[in-house]
Amino acid sequence: MWLPLLGLIIGVIIGLQAPSLPQAWAQYMSVAVLAAMDSVFGGIRAGMEKKFDDIIFITGFFSNVLLAAGLAYIGERIGVALYTAAIFAFGVRIFQNLAIIRRHILKK
Amino acid sequence: MKRGSISVAVVLLFLGMMLAVQIRSARQMQQNVPMARAQELTARLKEVKEERDTLREEVQDLRKRLDQVSAGVKSADQALKDQLEKARLEAGLLPVTGPGVQVTLNDSPKELQPGEDPNLYILHEEDLLKVVNELRAGGAEAISVNGQRLLATSEIRCAGNTILVNTRKIAPPVVILATGDPDTLQSGLEIKGGIFEQLKFWGLVADVQKKESITIPAYSGTLTFNYSKPAK
Repeated sequence: MWLPLLGLIIGVIIGLQAPSLPQAWAQYMSVAVLAAMDSVFGGIRAGMEKKFDDIIFITGFFSNVLLAAGLAYIGERIGVALYTAAIFAFGVRIFQNLAIIRRHILKK
Repeated sequence: MKRGSISVAVVLLFLGMMLAVQIRSARQMQQNVPMARAQELTARLKEVKEERDTLREEVQDLRKRLDQVSAGVKSADQALKDQLEKARLEAGLLPVTGPGVQVTLNDSPKELQPGEDPNLYILHEEDLLKVVNELRAGGAEAISVNGQRLLATSEIRCAGNTILVNTRKIAPPVVILATGDPDTLQSGLEIKGGIFEQLKFWGLVADVQKKESITIPAYSGTLTFNYSKPAK
């Protein structure tokens, strides 16, 4: 249980040390962060449901992140605010996952 | 479950990294000037720079014109000064120096015989006038009689037993200085049947000497014009 926490802390430290992102990328990054959080909550939920699969978790995490960023990028290119769709979709899923996690915790 | 926990750790590592970067860039974005404002300021800066450039050009242009004008003033000034100098020279208000002749005239040294008219043997203003006239005819540029510069308005007049030049009394011996071509002046005076012959006929002393350089003083009095004004 300490390993994931350690990973998070190390990640934060690396993020604080890393060179700052160009302004133009900040938008994609925000959507990617949202996707990452969604994946993490999805993973927690899967863990609660005893269905956790680390391969699915990792691939889901990265594909979601890249897809969200890519979607935001394409939206930017074609002049459609696609990243709002990503924010909306991920936001809804995060809340759903949180609700399910809450219920699992309460049932215990 | 070990593998699962590693994978979760890796994912969380990435999540933490992304979060940290995102938070930092979000904070930076707040600190930064909003894009629209930045664009506005850039446009304004460009505008002001252009304005400054045009103003700078204008300044240079004006400066150049000022230079030209002051140079013009200088040359006009110089021309005026030159003209003034010439006019003063012409008017006899400046001392002049140059080649010329020195004419000396005096009364007759002859002893008066009883019954003779002394008027015949003294220098008259007429004689002076004739000499001066002859000098002028010979191209004299400036003439003085006993230090009195002859102007356009100068008189040579008999007043009692003296001669007045520029309203100053002069008495023999009379020294006339004249600038001009010495040869012409001298030959004009000494010409056969000329003024010197007439003077010498009466026994008056008349002598002319060519001079390499003579200095004729300026008119020392004042010039007043009570009745005349420049006609326009």
